[in-house]
Amino acid sequence: MLAFTLRRAVQAIGVMFAVGIIAFSMFRFAGDPVNQIVSIDTSAAEREAVRKSLGLDDPVPVQFVRYFADAAQFKFGVSYQFRQPVSTLLMERMPATLELAICATVFAMVFGILMGVYSALRRDTMLAKLFQAVSLIGISLPTFLIGILLIYLFAVTLGWLPSFGRGEVVKLGWWSTGLLTLSGLKALIMPSITLGLFQMTLIMRLVRAEMLEVLRTDYIRFARARGLTTRAIHFGHALKNTLIPVITVAGLQFGSVIAFSIITETVFQWPGMGLLFVQAVQNVDIPIMAAYLLMVSLIFVTINLVVDILYTVVDPRLRATVGRAT
Amino acid sequence: MTEPILSVRNLQVEFASRRGTLRAIDGVSFDIAKGEVLGVVGESGAGKSVTGLAVIGLIDPPGRIAGGEIHLAGLRIDNLPPEEMRRIRGKRIGMIFQDPLTSLNPLYRVGDQIIETIRTHLNLSETAARRRAIDLLAEVGIPAPEKRIDGYPHEFSGGMRQRVVIALAICAEPELIIADEPTTALDVSVQAQIISLIKRLGRDHGTAVMLVTHDMGVIAETSDRVAVMYAGRVAEIGPVQDVVKNPLHPYAKGLMGAIPTLAGDDKRLMQIPGSMPRLSAIPRGCSFNPRCAFVFDRCRVDRPEPLPRGAQSVACHLYDSVPAESAA
Repeated sequence: MLAFTLRRAVQAIGVMFAVGIIAFSMFRFAGDPVNQIVSIDTSAAEREAVRKSLGLDDPVPVQFVRYFADAAQFKFGVSYQFRQPVSTLLMERMPATLELAICATVFAMVFGILMGVYSALRRDTMLAKLFQAVSLIGISLPTFLIGILLIYLFAVTLGWLPSFGRGEVVKLGWWSTGLLTLSGLKALIMPSITLGLFQMTLIMRLVRAEMLEVLRTDYIRFARARGLTTRAIHFGHALKNTLIPVITVAGLQFGSVIAFSIITETVFQWPGMGLLFVQAVQNVDIPIMAAYLLMVSLIFVTINLVVDILYTVVDPRLRATVGRAT
Repeated sequence: MTEPILSVRNLQVEFASRRGTLRAIDGVSFDIAKGEVLGVVGESGAGKSVTGLAVIGLIDPPGRIAGGEIHLAGLRIDNLPPEEMRRIRGKRIGMIFQDPLTSLNPLYRVGDQIIETIRTHLNLSETAARRRAIDLLAEVGIPAPEKRIDGYPHEFSGGMRQRVVIALAICAEPELIIADEPTTALDVSVQAQIISLIKRLGRDHGTAVMLVTHDMGVIAETSDRVAVMYAGRVAEIGPVQDVVKNPLHPYAKGLMGAIPTLAGDDKRLMQIPGSMPRLSAIPRGCSFNPRCAFVFDRCRVDRPEPLPRGAQSVACHLYDSVPAESAA
């Protein structure tokens, strides 16, 4: 088990190394960084001085090693537009993005699983058919449109919820949270739904399909033949087997939720990493773009690792094969 | 004669399909006495398994019991409300399915599955149920049960898993066990062990056993009586020696003639021409008539009813209005 975890961790470092190369090459290919820093009328001598002070005249491999060593310590250089360390900027905005992503995922999991189980067990009811129809909309409507529709309905027409921002936030150490104030919670509702709706419909459809599949298996028939209660069969035996693929999808989707919160954050002007990234793209702020790439990759890789480990917790069969393979 | 544990009378099971209602079981009747093993034999699709499922009340829509009665020790069970039927399943009727590899939930320890079943039916504490589970595993012949109880299904071999399945089926001391092809998925050497285990359990606990199989060897070895099914009906039923040695129904004769002997004589095995009719195209009269070597006009018009012939009972016009002495 430990060897398995270690092996996966080594693989994860390999992936991060590859992403590091891509992030680094952004500096080389997206124009001359010196031009981004200095003004138009800077003399050539001054330019060279800046180049030297930033270490940009060193051989490329040396620069790469330096960049990677810095990145490993979460030092991503200084933002061109904000003139602040990128890591500080990311740290400031990460709580907003993570809170949004976690709320969206919890929303997607809770409602996705409930609706999926319901529509599998009560396949022929009107409500189940309604869920199916709604899920089709959720899967096919683009995120920004859902966001705009929600804003139009609940912020503009009804005036119940704020249309942008995080509301009041409370500082807990370096972490700023919107979960402790009423306005923060209200501000969280619409972005979470917007961001989580696609995942919710995905999970719902997945749970429904898996549950129907599992309910047809021999061990469920045998469980019924043993006279177990319907509740024990559905929620003990069937649901646990259903959740294995759901863990994978929900886990991997959590990475995309963070990555694609860019759109939701833009629609709701949510002060998170995604919004920072969009601003960085507009201003060719390469240090931020490269750092964002690295951060998102790190999150993806970490989640993959956690999902792999979670698997073995849920499914004893994997524990055995993992044990044998090591 | 004491009351039979299981009494099935004129059972009919129908499946609604797009092309109309298909009758999978049509007028099946049989009894199983306490401690008796009834073998139910027939080709695939003859309705053996469906009969078993009907008895334990697990016919799923679009199927339904369309007629007849099923009595368990005098209690009519075919029309019980679902919740009452659930209490009977596992407690008074145990069931063993064909494939032990897929019968157990892979995510739960075998012990937890046994304990869950015990505690569903018997008012026992967790520790008492665990002790009982260990005893059960020992009884079905699993070595080191106090260690194996915490194993997961994938850690057991096929034969061992079938033993666990049997332990699950008998954990509440049912009066009736329905074993649906319990040995089909197993190696021949393991088959014999499982068969003798089922037989021993039936004898030790006085449990009635309904053994569904298409393996005449298993039937001959295990059963007290045998029912030969064809196209949803019982063609012949009787004591196993009689039916094997002296089959009456032409279909039963064909089945017995198709068993290879160890003597190894080079004669071709007997073979029944044609195949069993589809449910949607069961012929009028006797459903066996298109394949029967002794067919005559009446077989194509009238449906034969079961006729007693000594200890046997046969549904064939050949034996109708013919005195018992001159037949066969």
